[in-house]
Amino acid sequence: MSVLTFIDIGLSILVVTVAASTIVMRELFAAVVSYVAYGLLLAFVWIRLHAPDVALTEAAVGGGVTGVLLITAGKRLVPLRRTATEAEPTLILKVLAATLAALVACALAAAILMLPDEPPSLAPEAAAAASGPGAGLGNPITAVLISYRSFDTMLEKIVLILAVVAVWSIGTDRAWGNAPAPLRQARPYPAMVFLAQALVPIGALIGIHIFWVGADAPGGAFQGGALLAAMWMMAMMAQLAEPSRIDARWLRLALVAGPAVFLVIGLAGILMAGSFFAYPPNLAKPIILFIETFMVLSIAVALPMLVAGPPNEGLEP
Amino acid sequence: MTFLVDLFRITAIGTGAFFFVAGTVGLLRFPDSLTRLHALTKADNLGLGLVVLGLLPLTENVLVAFKLILIWALVLISGGSTAQLIGRALRSGRR
Amino acid sequence: MTTSVLAGLVGAALVGLGLYGLVVHPHPLRKLLAFNLIGSGVFLVFGIIARRGAAAGFPYDPVPQAMVITGIVVAFAASAVAVALIWRLYSETGHVTLDPDAWTNPGPESES
Repeated sequence: MSVLTFIDIGLSILVVTVAASTIVMRELFAAVVSYVAYGLLLAFVWIRLHAPDVALTEAAVGGGVTGVLLITAGKRLVPLRRTATEAEPTLILKVLAATLAALVACALAAAILMLPDEPPSLAPEAAAAASGPGAGLGNPITAVLISYRSFDTMLEKIVLILAVVAVWSIGTDRAWGNAPAPLRQARPYPAMVFLAQALVPIGALIGIHIFWVGADAPGGAFQGGALLAAMWMMAMMAQLAEPSRIDARWLRLALVAGPAVFLVIGLAGILMAGSFFAYPPNLAKPIILFIETFMVLSIAVALPMLVAGPPNEGLEP
Repeated sequence: MTFLVDLFRITAIGTGAFFFVAGTVGLLRFPDSLTRLHALTKADNLGLGLVVLGLLPLTENVLVAFKLILIWALVLISGGSTAQLIGRALRSGRR
Repeated sequence: MTTSVLAGLVGAALVGLGLYGLVVHPHPLRKLLAFNLIGSGVFLVFGIIARRGAAAGFPYDPVPQAMVITGIVVAFAASAVAVALIWRLYSETGHVTLDPDAWTNPGPESES
């Protein structure tokens, strides 16, 4: 048993314990903080599974941005009054739920323990796509995302935009067109303003670097875009920037740019390379980077809009 | 020569780990949020700095070493500012 | 017991924990937290499939990992929509609960 086995066992126990504390904690804010910590520990598990790109995404989106979303939500939902009818579930319900949860977990664990010894793998096809007609990329995950499974990624960007539209339409009819409520109501502390002023430029640079380097090394459009989104959110939290009106043209253009460029290039692939979403072989890498640039823009604009929430009617037009 | 380098690395990373343990013990055992904040920030800055110092001789080029030091500097900035914000919020009575 | 099997069992445990939290907690945001826990457990199972699919010179199978990356972003988008729905429910009824009786019968602490 090497040292790594001990690390794995310790990490597993830690992850399960922190997840259990997320469920068991009494206060909402403590549970959300516990969830953010759990997300960061999960990034370690991903590293142990040889998945650095997923670890980056989990730490940035799963831990960071989801944490901001939930903490902002918890803050907005508390002020008025405590609900009088939040009944504690009965003991019978708890026991039944625990039994159901245990059964599901055991079924899943049994399925995992009975996985076939010769694991099926799509790696050869993905490798063929990455090196041959697909791209000349050094990072196979980016090659899979933009070349081998490009249609899936484009659809996922569209899902992101649909989520933004859904969040906007949840506001009242009168509020359509306004800006969402600012992320911070009172004046921010000077330390927060300093933090935003110091971190946002560096963070933006690092985000662009992670996106650019993702063609050949761990990284990519999602991770870089999430970092840029976090920087905009930080600027909003320090009131150095405001959530913009949802009918602002630049906002809507930026949101749509990612999937639109993707779709146009995919359709152009019919003319240039013979089939839907095929790239001409010698132009593959520049095309992929071009698509990814607009994807980063869309992600960096969509995530803060999702966190900012529906448009607020109380503001002046 | 490599023996000395290894010794330096083990000492640096070991001391860094000790600071992290001390910070965690402080988080668990100190009576009050402000004192816990104090323990945490010491663990963050010093512990991470020593660990980064221990990792520096192993890097293959200057760029990676620079990135490691940049990570430490970013944690320093954000940790310090966050501690200020938490302390200010604690002092003004909010949670 | 390799890393993959251990991580897979952790994923199964997370799904179980999340399911319990989803059923038991009355507050919608806690349900959302538990739901995210279920999601990340499922992603972990994807991850071990990816790790086990090492072939063609890669230490992992990149296709499930790409799916998990898009999955994490989509899960966040779904959480954001859920939060917006809860917020709208709260601004309409004044209560943060999924119990329909509470929306119409405000209880002893209502203001109006």
